Amino acid sequence: MITLDDVTLTFPDGDRRVTAVDHVSLTARTGEVTGITGPSGSGKSSILAVAATLIQPDSGRVVITGARGDAVDAVDAAALSRDEATALRRERVGIVFQQSNLLPSLTAREQLLVMAHLGGPRAGRRSAAVRDRADDLIDAVGLSGHANKRPAQLSGGQRQRIAIARALVHEPEVLLVDEPTSALDQERGAAIMSLIAQLTHERGTATMLVTHDLVHRGALDSLVTVVDGRVVSDTATGDGRIAA
Amino acid sequence: MTREGTIVFVAWRDLRFARGRFVLIGSVVALITLLVGFLAGLTGGLAAQNVSAVLDLPGDRLVLQQPSDGQPSFGESTIGQEARVGWQTAAGVDEVVPVGIVQGRATSGHDDGSAVGVALFGLASAGGHGGRGGSADARGSVASLAPTRDDEVGLSAGAAADLGVDVGDPVTITGTTYRVASVGGDAWYSHTPVLAMTPDAWSAADRRLGGDGDPTVLAVSGSPDWDAVATATHTSASSHLGSLTALETFRSEVGSLALMIAMLFGVSALVVGAFFTVWTMQRAGDVAVLKALGASTRSLVRDALGQALVVLVVGIGVGTAAVVGLGALAGGALPFLLSPLTTLVPAIAMAALGLAGAAVALRTVTAADPLTALGSNR
Repeated sequence: MITLDDVTLTFPDGDRRVTAVDHVSLTARTGEVTGITGPSGSGKSSILAVAATLIQPDSGRVVITGARGDAVDAVDAAALSRDEATALRRERVGIVFQQSNLLPSLTAREQLLVMAHLGGPRAGRRSAAVRDRADDLIDAVGLSGHANKRPAQLSGGQRQRIAIARALVHEPEVLLVDEPTSALDQERGAAIMSLIAQLTHERGTATMLVTHDLVHRGALDSLVTVVDGRVVSDTATGDGRIAA
Repeated sequence: MTREGTIVFVAWRDLRFARGRFVLIGSVVALITLLVGFLAGLTGGLAAQNVSAVLDLPGDRLVLQQPSDGQPSFGESTIGQEARVGWQTAAGVDEVVPVGIVQGRATSGHDDGSAVGVALFGLASAGGHGGRGGSADARGSVASLAPTRDDEVGLSAGAAADLGVDVGDPVTITGTTYRVASVGGDAWYSHTPVLAMTPDAWSAADRRLGGDGDPTVLAVSGSPDWDAVATATHTSASSHLGSLTALETFRSEVGSLALMIAMLFGVSALVVGAFFTVWTMQRAGDVAVLKALGASTRSLVRDALGQALVVLVVGIGVGTAAVVGLGALAGGALPFLLSPLTTLVPAIAMAALGLAGAAVALRTVTAADPLTALGSNR
């Protein structure tokens, strides 16, 4: 689970500061897809950046809670140093970018395996488990026949599927997804959204998904609407589905 | 089969993926290595042809006349009786070997056939003193070439080859004929092969050539107060290597070649640095994504440097192999010195400078902001 608690983020703009996120509080629960929507410039991507520890908020807490063995471990990501935040992303957070952002020199399978090497050679020793999970995930996203292809040999939808698999290969507690369908047609977009929802429910990930396109809102378990950096509504349905 | 466990996971795959670009930069590195190595070999060869006889002289230091203004010079130096005695009687001096050096011409046989330029070295034979470091018997040692009789000469291999003579053959120098007593190894002075004579024979030859017959250098052994004795005798005493600066041709020749080598080292660092800077800038987006995914800056720096090291090692390896091959081929036709000094040392310097150049590109890696991975259109 990831909780943003009274988070505020400002950016410098000439002599003054612009408030991008204004005292936002929201929660993405384990095993659910929490959508964040709003018009362009509303601050939804900034919320995602704060949740991903890619930027430190001016104030507020970003608490990631997950099971670590038998204990429940909670960490305030907003209070971490840069190195600690990097390690947190490497171990507990998965990110799917707006564009797939795959590395052009790596095959589909290697895009996942690279996650075992991000922390250097010591992390690389854990690669055996990652190899097994990588094969499982490539199978789960329906691309087992494309594992040895490079990004240029894959379609946009296939690239995004690999990006989703990459974000999950290290078994993160939190999955952060930024406009995953923006570069896809409606059919492929629906398939990607459905895949994200399926993997979230199966793997018990707390997924926070930013989208400005509510065509696929059926895949969301709850929806937070943001305008001018503020949460204006936070709607969750009883059974985890929002009416289409 | 993927190479799991390597610390250059992405870099290794980049090398394969963009092999055309890396082959290109590797070829440039190999070519620069070839140029540097060849120049170093040529410099070493030319230096050997210039100074090997000076380096082979006996003694701990070489003493030259100190002119009232300017630097000592092998060509201008004359050591008079007073200075010679001054050194011989100085406290701490074990041995003084007067050496005469003058450029002359020699012909084979009794006639005045085609003359060959030689460096006439006059010094007592090795039986009377040891060479530097006690290596008087080593081939090429000028002291071991020196004959014991005034009507004999000792020839270096180059002089014997140029004159086309062997032991027992006559050689004529300035109208006087000598018998070849021995033929030794290589010994060169100012690009002419060495011909060794006794001190008396050399004095006579020097006078016939217009000189005063006095020795030009003293090879001094011992541990005197070098500066004090040198000042008192109006001479300068320096190590064998240090004395080479008194050889004008060596200074200008080696200086020019060393400058070219230094410039090539600079070019090498610049080329490698420029390549990796452009390459890393092109990868800036990937670097930002990797950081966003959790890659530590340290691992990315290691990745980038590992990539540069692979390219440098391969390029330098190919270039050095070419230097060794071409050097072996050129050895007979050119003054080329093939040794670790002219192959391994330039190779190591190239690798170090190349890595330094590649390190410039690391700023792009360390400065990449993972936030740019969000919303980037790549």
